[in-house]
Amino acid sequence: MGRIVLLRRSFLIGAGLAAAGLAVGAVPAFAEDAKPILEEHPSLFIQIAPDGVVKIVCHRSEMGQGIRSSSPALIADELGADMAKVVIVQADGDKKYGDQNTDGSHSIRGSYDTLRKIGAAARMMLVAAAAKKWGVATSACVAHDHAVHHPPTKRSLGFGALAEDAAKMPVPKSSAIALRPTSELKTKNAILPLVDGPAIVTGRATYGADVRLPNMLVAVVARPPVVGGVVAEYDASKALAVPGVRKVIKLPDATRPFGFKPLGGVAVLAAHTWAAMRGRAALDITWNAGENASYESTAYHAAMSDSLRSATGARVHSARKKGDALATLSAAAKKVEAEYHTPHLAHVAMEPLVAVAKVENGTCECWAPTQNPQAARTEVAKALGIGEDKVAVHVTLLGGGFGRKSKPDYVVEAALLAKEARVPVRVQWTREDDVRHDYYHSTSAQRFVAGLDAENRVIAWHHRDAFPSISSTFSGATFGGEGELQQGVTDLPLAIPNVLVEVCEAKAMTRIGWLRSVANIYHAFAAQTFIDEIAHARGMDPVDNALDIIGPPRIVSLEELGIASLPNYGQPLSEHPIDTARHHRVLKRAAELSRWSARKSEGRALGIAVHRSFLTYVAVVIAVKSSPEGIRVDEAWIVADPGTTVNIERVRAQFEGAVVFALGHALFGEITMKGGATVQSNFRDFRILRIGQTPRVIHVDVIANDGPSGGVGEPGVPPVAPALGNAIFALTGTRIRTLPIARSETIA
Amino acid sequence: MTIRLRVNGETKEVDVDPEMPLLWVLRDVVGLAGTKYGCGEALCGACTIHIDGEAIRSCVTPARRAIDHDITTIEGLSKDGSHPLQRAWVELAVPQCGFCQGGHIMTAAALLAKRRKPTDEEIDASLAGNLCRCGTYVRIRAAVKKAAGV
Repeated sequence: MGRIVLLRRSFLIGAGLAAAGLAVGAVPAFAEDAKPILEEHPSLFIQIAPDGVVKIVCHRSEMGQGIRSSSPALIADELGADMAKVVIVQADGDKKYGDQNTDGSHSIRGSYDTLRKIGAAARMMLVAAAAKKWGVATSACVAHDHAVHHPPTKRSLGFGALAEDAAKMPVPKSSAIALRPTSELKTKNAILPLVDGPAIVTGRATYGADVRLPNMLVAVVARPPVVGGVVAEYDASKALAVPGVRKVIKLPDATRPFGFKPLGGVAVLAAHTWAAMRGRAALDITWNAGENASYESTAYHAAMSDSLRSATGARVHSARKKGDALATLSAAAKKVEAEYHTPHLAHVAMEPLVAVAKVENGTCECWAPTQNPQAARTEVAKALGIGEDKVAVHVTLLGGGFGRKSKPDYVVEAALLAKEARVPVRVQWTREDDVRHDYYHSTSAQRFVAGLDAENRVIAWHHRDAFPSISSTFSGATFGGEGELQQGVTDLPLAIPNVLVEVCEAKAMTRIGWLRSVANIYHAFAAQTFIDEIAHARGMDPVDNALDIIGPPRIVSLEELGIASLPNYGQPLSEHPIDTARHHRVLKRAAELSRWSARKSEGRALGIAVHRSFLTYVAVVIAVKSSPEGIRVDEAWIVADPGTTVNIERVRAQFEGAVVFALGHALFGEITMKGGATVQSNFRDFRILRIGQTPRVIHVDVIANDGPSGGVGEPGVPPVAPALGNAIFALTGTRIRTLPIARSETIA
Repeated sequence: MTIRLRVNGETKEVDVDPEMPLLWVLRDVVGLAGTKYGCGEALCGACTIHIDGEAIRSCVTPARRAIDHDITTIEGLSKDGSHPLQRAWVELAVPQCGFCQGGHIMTAAALLAKRRKPTDEEIDASLAGNLCRCGTYVRIRAAVKKAAGV
């Protein structure tokens, strides 16, 4: 995205399209809750002008995963368009595009077939127009290189020349759309150019804070230090005396459930950011902290630990049961027990939260780096008390998202302040705001007991899991839900005859949200570390032990898992089963690439872990070594089996980045609470990985194949922390059971 | 008060408090948004610019420090994205979200102006104060080396 193109909604819907060929008159309106059959409305995504310029909509948000370099290219591929003649249009938030919530690693896996059908439907209309003109059968025509061709007579017509006639052709029904044979697809597992690369490296790409409107004020908000706290009283006189400060506005107090609503507080609006920041610092505010003021991280972990050991009755739910794990454990020849603790994490995208809004004549226009423009639209409409049709949400590039920018509280702040101030407003969160007012990745405590029989076989597995649930933010729930438990607990293949998994009550005392990879992070850390502990207890090689616990290559049934249902990331088990052959494949490949079996003779300390998440299978090996400054991560291997990819180059980049993202968390990442408020504030105390701490080499091996697409943004993260901990055990003999590792080890 | 700044070869007269950090002068007053706000405390490097060729953190540098000196921002590093680092960055598809990349490039450009053939250690030391949350560091190193021809 270059300097922002202010695509008003009228551009897509109204007169701007009069000359735009294929799109004429075909943009449909959908009822509020109707699920649009997008492929039957190709003009939503594709507009072909008579001059041959093809506009293709990217309906998902770009936050570094490369979707703008991928999904339009897939549509163009199926259409037969030349990307050099394609203009990418970033969609506003609008239900007519279907799901736009860019999280859950499902931009490609959730829309691969639909995007292809959209391209194919438009192609069929172009072909029909050409065939009619030439008086030949459509079956004798082909579309490629931005034109329709009739090979028997060597005639061709460009897409531009056909656009107006094509628009008059009937739109094929979804069931009648003929996709290209996949062998014709140029995007499949391909290396595609990074469309925003040149704008990014010249500083000309537009992120949220780069949007400028006439007469705009900048707002910096003092929010309650404790979630749910309210302003008791405030004095704005010193703030208003700061040169450049124009207004001070109190925002509405937060109410439960917090959901996507702003946290409340007092906003200082000024002519520029610096004055707004100084103005905020000059505010005098007395807060009523509310009931979360008793939140203390240390005490909370101690309480979760008690719960893992002793909770009974209504304070514990069974989540997975097969055989009789407790009876088997009491008779086991040997038991392995361990307890794991992980902290809250903050998202800290490099771009702190920001949003711009303009409210006039009963309408609101917002510009925001949002992963979730439809939710932003809904929440802004609700907060302003106007219809969603009166709200436009334009999506800028995101300077990172990682799940935080799915929650549009910051967009609502901008809208509320713009309405109150009667001028456009940019709400700028400082880094401190970003760290202190996050929807935090959940903290967790987990306890495992495994039983071995006299023949050294694993015969029982008991896992107790406690974490405040994401649902708490939206409903007040006090137990982890099925969506979180499927992330590495209920879906974990265990060739063990007796399995019991229980979830313990854990009441949230801050806002909990999803962060890249979500519950998989703490579940994979604990389970994959525990499996490594079992290997040592059994005296087995960790890879052989992991393969033994996964069991032979097979499709794992719900019955074998000991569960009644599995959300499976929203996709059917028939298409995306739990296929342990794929666990085997990535694990063995990672072992082979890292020369696992030679590690001892070569004097290297390696750790390994494997995890399926977002329907993709990933194994990671980490190598660590000692240095005078402490433990150093030396090298990493990540092997992924994600099914079919569109842009394998960006997929590799996602896995490479996932290793760095996850190493930072495992080594340093920690948000703690004192008196209900976040202790950390900026990168000095919420540390992420730096270049010198990054392994010199991260080997990324994406196993390209033809299977249904899994996710790629998130699945790389979960196996990294356990592989690192297991490597540190191999190096030092110290078992990492509490994150971050910097709490107990010296890191170089 | 009105102060005179030379930004990317052009003289700008701006009416600002001379204590205002250059980051905000550039972004909010001059209108050059390529220099990014990431932390406000010289902890992340997203705001890196050059003053007389030296990489500095504009978020903690008051405007008065730049009076009578030459400021270069990412927009002015080259006219057309042709600086060897910018070319290498695109060729190796370094950016993910891209937000921090301008700061990384500006830091690396100052390094290459002094050390034409830096070692891995020199690259790491030079970029120690530039953070990337997407985790592009391996490619950043590779791109610096590609631009340097090492």
